[in-house]
Amino acid sequence: MLPEPTLTHYLILSAVLFSIGTAGVFLRRNLITILLSVEVMLNAVNLTFIAVDKFRGTFDGQIIVFFVITVAAAEAAVGLAIVIALFRHKETLNPDAFTSLKW
Amino acid sequence: MLYLIPLFPFLGFLVNVTLGRRLPKKVSGGVATAAMAFAFGYSVLAVYNLLHSAPVDGVRSMESTVFTWISSGRLDIPLSFRLDPLSSIMILVVTGIGTLIHLYSTAYMLEETGSEYARYFSYLNLFAAFMLVLVLGANFPVMFIGWEGVGLCSYLLIGFWFTKPSAAEAGKKAFVVNRIGDFGFILGMLALFATFGTLDFQGVAKAVAALPPGTGEALITGITLLLFLGATGKSAQLPLYVWLPDAMEGPTPVSALIHAATMVTAGVYMIGRNAVLFSHAPFTLDVVAVVGVATALMAGTIGLVQNDIKRVLAYSTVSQLGLMFLAMGVGAFGAGIFHLYTHAFFKALLFLGSGAVIHALHGEQDIRKMGGLMKALPITFQTFFIGTLAIAGIPGLAGFFSKDEILWKTFSSGHTILWAVGVVTAFLTATYMFRLTFLTFYGERRAAPEPHATDHAAHPPSPAASARQADHGHGHDHGHGKHLHDAPSAMAIALIVLAFGSIVAGYIGIPAVMWKDGNQIEHFLDPSFEAHGVAAAAAEPVAEAGEDHASTEWALMGVSTAVAVGGWLVAWFYFRRKPSAADAMARSFAGIHKLLLNKYYVDEIYDRLIVQPIKAISSGVLWRAVDAGLIDGTVNAVGLVVRGWSAVLRRLQTGSMRAYAMSLFLGVVTILGYFLWR
Repeated sequence: MLPEPTLTHYLILSAVLFSIGTAGVFLRRNLITILLSVEVMLNAVNLTFIAVDKFRGTFDGQIIVFFVITVAAAEAAVGLAIVIALFRHKETLNPDAFTSLKW
Repeated sequence: MLYLIPLFPFLGFLVNVTLGRRLPKKVSGGVATAAMAFAFGYSVLAVYNLLHSAPVDGVRSMESTVFTWISSGRLDIPLSFRLDPLSSIMILVVTGIGTLIHLYSTAYMLEETGSEYARYFSYLNLFAAFMLVLVLGANFPVMFIGWEGVGLCSYLLIGFWFTKPSAAEAGKKAFVVNRIGDFGFILGMLALFATFGTLDFQGVAKAVAALPPGTGEALITGITLLLFLGATGKSAQLPLYVWLPDAMEGPTPVSALIHAATMVTAGVYMIGRNAVLFSHAPFTLDVVAVVGVATALMAGTIGLVQNDIKRVLAYSTVSQLGLMFLAMGVGAFGAGIFHLYTHAFFKALLFLGSGAVIHALHGEQDIRKMGGLMKALPITFQTFFIGTLAIAGIPGLAGFFSKDEILWKTFSSGHTILWAVGVVTAFLTATYMFRLTFLTFYGERRAAPEPHATDHAAHPPSPAASARQADHGHGHDHGHGKHLHDAPSAMAIALIVLAFGSIVAGYIGIPAVMWKDGNQIEHFLDPSFEAHGVAAAAAEPVAEAGEDHASTEWALMGVSTAVAVGGWLVAWFYFRRKPSAADAMARSFAGIHKLLLNKYYVDEIYDRLIVQPIKAISSGVLWRAVDAGLIDGTVNAVGLVVRGWSAVLRRLQTGSMRAYAMSLFLGVVTILGYFLWR
């Protein structure tokens, strides 16, 4: 029987998820994977909010989480649309191929 | 309700400026003329009420404040109008003569296209509106609105045919020269406020009258000299008269309006309005008198030899204005305004008459090519002749009374030399005016009417050649080149009314020695030249009409008459009896003749001494050094610095998304680290 998880456990899990997401953003060479990593980061943050709410008995964090989920949905839609457009343009999903936005 | 007087022409302006292009000519001209007629009717009513009001502090005046215009600390300027004897004379002249000129213009400008016609009348209305604001304003800033407004309108009207370079130049010249005078006027106004803390005419007059004798004279002298500089600009006196002769580029009725009813009288009026102030600066008064008489003499001599019918009249205006300033300078404010008033009649008449001649001759302005028009243009001739008699000072007509009054006041105040010069000027006036009349109307026609184009090419050196081209560009579309038509009825009515005025206008100022109730106008005007409610005892009329004075006055009147008739005879001898003598005279005094013909080379001298140096400074220093060097240099330097830094900083923008994400991440880590471990 595992011990009852405390706030610290949740925060550690959240930190781990966030780190995985961050690492994914920096290390992967595929735009779609990067987007997925961003989602992981967002959900890590969500988890923090929910955990803190649960242990303090408040609801503020949950409200923020609703907003985050909504924005994340929108972001995913826009992000994927852009990815498709980029793919059609260059036939690749490697972010290093898209460096023309500079002086 | 005094504001209605300038409002009428202003409404006329609004109608013509907005709808004018779509209105038929009859309507746009009719609206403009009706607006002026209404203003005249209302002015008559207002003056009638003024005459029947009870005097307060020895003066009748009406005031109407429309609203508070500027209120800031000590500065309190209402937009208010004041009607007193002085301004009532002025509004009657402006609206009365103005109405006739509008009426005349409806016929004179008929050859213009519909939109040009409306544009012309909108300017004309605006001109009159501003002039009425000028003369009705109860304080300096309100007067200044009108002051600047007439300057603007003169620019617009002189340059009415702006496609012609000389007209555009003339308009510009009038505007720039006026600005120089306005500069003095503004400075004088500011100094006045700094000194007395008020800009109301009556307030200033009271403050000045309350000064103990002998104090503040230097300051007041400075202020009045600055104001007088403004007056020389508006009223075409030395050294700023140069714009007026060039103003002949405008349509002839405009010249009549500028010369008779509006604009040039502003300077004389302004001095009369501030009579109390000027009286406290004897030095300024001397300057005014000397400048006036010098201008009168100079313009009179130039007028003797000019060959353009309108230019002769222009110089005669400058000369007559000089006489008005002479009157102002010797303290005879009433006489000066009286001459202003009579002059308005005959100068308007003469200009409109010359316009009728030019109209009949399809734009010909050179009197050497005229002659013998007496029979062809009977109405024009008769009215023009009356105008000539009046301006020459033939007894019984308007000009005699006012001019004689000025000369008498000059003499009786002890300025004998100025009087002598004034008499010479009067002689010159009679001579050049009769010369003009003889050359235009008597004898035989010296040149057949020609079509414009060939006429223009045939006489390139004539100064009038370029002017005539546009002042009536309608000659070619008249099929009947040979037929001379007298003034159309609208023009004839204006001429006849003005001729009548030129005869009778003087009788309200008939000298006291002739009739014991004489000098009505001066008694009427005198309260305007005093500070009301202050030391009424000091303003007690001095009983000057002693017996010996009377005989002197009669004698001087004889001199004036002799001089006028003498000028007539001289002109008759040289230009009727023996025209060859005039040429012989011109040849034997070739140097002087050339000097006069070239107007003392004043334009050339100004060009060399002022215009060219300013141009050189502008292009050498202001343009090349200051503008191109300093200002552009600063701007370019700023640009270069920014560009240099950008060349370095733009290396950061790689376009690689992951690099941006990394810098963002590192930034967050740094900031968080700072807060965690500080």
